[in-house]
Amino acid sequence: MQLVLEKRAERSATIALVSPLIAIALTIVTMSILFAILGKNPIAALGVYFIDPLTDSYSLQEIAVKATPLVMIAVGLSLCYLANAWNIGAEGQFLIGAVAGSWIAVKTQGTEAGHWVLPAMLLLGALAGALYALIPAICKVRFGASEILVSLMLVYVAELFLDYLVRGPWRDPAGFNFPTTAEFDAVAIVPVLVEGGRLHLGSIIALLVVAAASVLLGRTIKGFEIRVVGAAPRAARFGGFNANQLILLTFAISGALAGLAGIIEVAGPIGHLQPGISPGYGFTAIIVAFLGRLNPIGILIAGLFLALTFIGGEQAQIAMKIPLDVTKVFQGILLFYVLACDSLILYRFRLISRQAAHGTG
Amino acid sequence: MELVEAIILSVLAASTPLLIAATGELVTERSGVLNLGVEGMMIVGAACGFGGAWLTGSIFLGALCGIAAGALLSLIFALMTLGLAVNQVATGLALTILGVGLSGLIGAGFVGQRITTAPHLHIPGLTDIPFVGRILFGEDAFVYLSLALIIGVWWFLYRTRAGLILRACGDNHVSAHALGYPVLRIRLFAVMFGGACAGLAGAYLPLAYTPFFIPGMTAGRGWIALALVVFASWRPTRLVAGAYLFGAVTILQLHAQGAGVGIPSQVMSALPYLATIIVLVLVSRARTGGSTAPAALGTVFVPDR
Amino acid sequence: MRTKFLAAAAALLLAGSISAAVAADKLKVGFIYLGPVGDLGWTYQHELARQALVKEFGDKIETTYLENVPEGPDAERAIEQLVRAGNKLIFTTSFGYMDPTLKVAKKYPNVHFEHATGYKRDKNMSTYSARWYQGRYIQGQIAAKMSKAGVLGYIGSFPIPEVISGIDATMLGAQSINPNIKVKIIWVNTWFDPGKEADAAKALLDQGADIIMQHTDSPAAMQIAAERGKFAFGQDSEMIKFGPKAQLTSILDTWAPYYIARVKAELDGTWKEENIWGGLDSKMFEMAPYTNMPDDVKKMAEETQAAITAGKLHPFKCPVVGQDGKDVECKGGDRLDDAQILGMNFYVKGIDDKMPGK
Repeated sequence: MQLVLEKRAERSATIALVSPLIAIALTIVTMSILFAILGKNPIAALGVYFIDPLTDSYSLQEIAVKATPLVMIAVGLSLCYLANAWNIGAEGQFLIGAVAGSWIAVKTQGTEAGHWVLPAMLLLGALAGALYALIPAICKVRFGASEILVSLMLVYVAELFLDYLVRGPWRDPAGFNFPTTAEFDAVAIVPVLVEGGRLHLGSIIALLVVAAASVLLGRTIKGFEIRVVGAAPRAARFGGFNANQLILLTFAISGALAGLAGIIEVAGPIGHLQPGISPGYGFTAIIVAFLGRLNPIGILIAGLFLALTFIGGEQAQIAMKIPLDVTKVFQGILLFYVLACDSLILYRFRLISRQAAHGTG
Repeated sequence: MELVEAIILSVLAASTPLLIAATGELVTERSGVLNLGVEGMMIVGAACGFGGAWLTGSIFLGALCGIAAGALLSLIFALMTLGLAVNQVATGLALTILGVGLSGLIGAGFVGQRITTAPHLHIPGLTDIPFVGRILFGEDAFVYLSLALIIGVWWFLYRTRAGLILRACGDNHVSAHALGYPVLRIRLFAVMFGGACAGLAGAYLPLAYTPFFIPGMTAGRGWIALALVVFASWRPTRLVAGAYLFGAVTILQLHAQGAGVGIPSQVMSALPYLATIIVLVLVSRARTGGSTAPAALGTVFVPDR
Repeated sequence: MRTKFLAAAAALLLAGSISAAVAADKLKVGFIYLGPVGDLGWTYQHELARQALVKEFGDKIETTYLENVPEGPDAERAIEQLVRAGNKLIFTTSFGYMDPTLKVAKKYPNVHFEHATGYKRDKNMSTYSARWYQGRYIQGQIAAKMSKAGVLGYIGSFPIPEVISGIDATMLGAQSINPNIKVKIIWVNTWFDPGKEADAAKALLDQGADIIMQHTDSPAAMQIAAERGKFAFGQDSEMIKFGPKAQLTSILDTWAPYYIARVKAELDGTWKEENIWGGLDSKMFEMAPYTNMPDDVKKMAEETQAAITAGKLHPFKCPVVGQDGKDVECKGGDRLDDAQILGMNFYVKGIDDKMPGK
């Protein structure tokens, strides 16, 4: 007797509904074991991670603030991944968008510039992100070079470019030579929504992005093309869908969204440009995209959930001295379980005799 | 001349972890599996390798621990992608994140400790030959192992039947399966070999390069190893050249600074990555002579009957 | 009437005793660390000081720390989380936490903040740092004496003023012994990357330097120097474990006395905003024991240290000659003033490299 994996005739709807719950349950069990090994009370730890941050308005706002860039980037990435185009360079596109938008802020510093400044920054940030993302896309379409590796290498280049700018030409002259621009003027700052908190306009924009992506994927021809070209490339070719054009399009959109997230983060919670503006949002967003099953609403939920684990992880460090590495382990394990459970939507296990497994006896 | 010899020695040392990790990933990818989790496997290999060496006092046992750690982590990857037909890109990334987190937890207890690094070969007479003596006969075991490994892999892939079958799995798994070869089992071995190599490469860092463990000490080398495999067009001979080229760029960049060459350091630091992109583009353009990726790389395979 | 008065008095007494009981509750002190506590360098030294606090004050305080906090929006949240967890005195131990600390300080005027190596302050936010350039000057002198090749090797992290002033002070110290001393500088663009630091050390030694100095955080360079039989200076922490025959001395960040003083002030209710830039005299940093050098060099180092501590010798005494050969404007009377040192962005004469970013 042998256990084999075989493709289902059609997707299992029940599993599709239930799999995230199974995955979360499995993750909670695994994490409880890990907490126990570390000598921490599992129930208390889980409470600090998942329940406590939901109980006060400050933490809720922070969850939204942390989730905003993640959701925006992940929605863009999901478009790429649906089309089988692997954009791994969102981190670099985020940085380039931040740099481009900051250029306007730096150039209009101290002048009595009007309210056009912020929208211009956001626009330029998105545009720059899109162009930066087109580099790996063009390398893929024209030369067949792996977009995974090109986009990844460009992340390092973007980091170094940002570093060069804030240490050199854009350095705040009154800043004792430290690598940061001057604080952005008020017109160049993303407005806060709730007084006293950090919840800002970017979160609204993120929601709009989720809505727009839902419409794009669910109700437009282009969305349909994107989904088909990834799921059934040959059918797409027969249908006349231009795979190359879709690669360029999805990369451009995801680059724009990552760039937009970048400038919003800089012009919002940070308020100036400095070398460390992203704790790896571009990579975490990849997890969010998969956790959300490449679906805009799912990504919104996944982004909020992951942000919850970040906030919870920090509180766990304070309250229970649980090391921050545990949060990374948790995120990795969660993703594993979600992916594993999701595979059961398309495949299932069957126990069959050895003969049947190897064709003819 | 002394300076050139010194530079070559530094380059050899810097390139060795890249070479070992890339060799493993090359075999994995040749069998048709794309494992992006190299960085995670390397850093876990570093933590376990150092821990093993520190606890037992033996570099050899430490290296074994590193190898085992990398192989175990790759086993998780294999179960997911081969056993459950999960998307390889996502799984690889999850592996990296998991590995980085795990290594922090495992390594936390070892931070601040030091060990004696792997000894260098010394053959009286041979090692003392000016210029080539130390380069050829004065390296540590890892350097020699890395070269033996890549030569072994070359011989395996191109001179043995098993290697031919492995390459067939990577080029066309459907045909290989139709011919009766156990594609999934072959890929499993390839993936675990890749994991073992990544673990060994990671262990090299605290066992031979700098004799202590610090969280995050791989500093992105796993990603460079991935780029190297593509850079080398999946061919072992080019892999050696690529690994040493990369090592050279990183070392020379530092030497140029020390010598007062006035290019901004960020430009110098960016050179290896820019070089990779350029080479990727050039290599992908030149589609002659089988320099392309294994055709089935990264695609899911579920055998049907 | 009387009962009301008595009730009020009783209530007041009760309130007073309750608040006295509350005051007897522990003082919560929080720390934000940039790196892992095990980095054997910068963060490690802060952690040692925190442990010293626990030993000193025992039950009177409760300390918490958050490690691996990236500079940026996460830092602001981390600091605020410490505040919300009840910490009343918070140390943020990296320059990049400056703006986040300021923002949180404005929000919580009753919490006190101590920010390391920054320059923005507020009524409830102090800054503190140490005059490490004094130690660098001593190291420069030692290096000039111990170097046979007359070439020093310097591993720089980032070209910020703190590092530049360190390089300049080293050179000035070295030049006071050997006017023709040379230095090779490599910028690794990181505070912490053992592999890269080791590579940089190797490159410097290969190019003819025979003393290694670093402004990065890991013991990798010391290790390489030890392997090659050369000398090196440690940074932040004692690195002699990694180079028993190589370490000449190390600049040790010893934050404990400062932290203890600040916590005591907080406990006594006398905490006020300060801008502390402590030299050797403040004991905010120390020189590790002078080892692996002949007695006369050791004596010279000790004498220089004593002179600097007593304020008799100033590393940046005028005239300071810049790379362009011209005297730097002397704004502090007979020495460069604090602002000039804090913002130092020029090399002194004798350094041949071009400064990055200019």
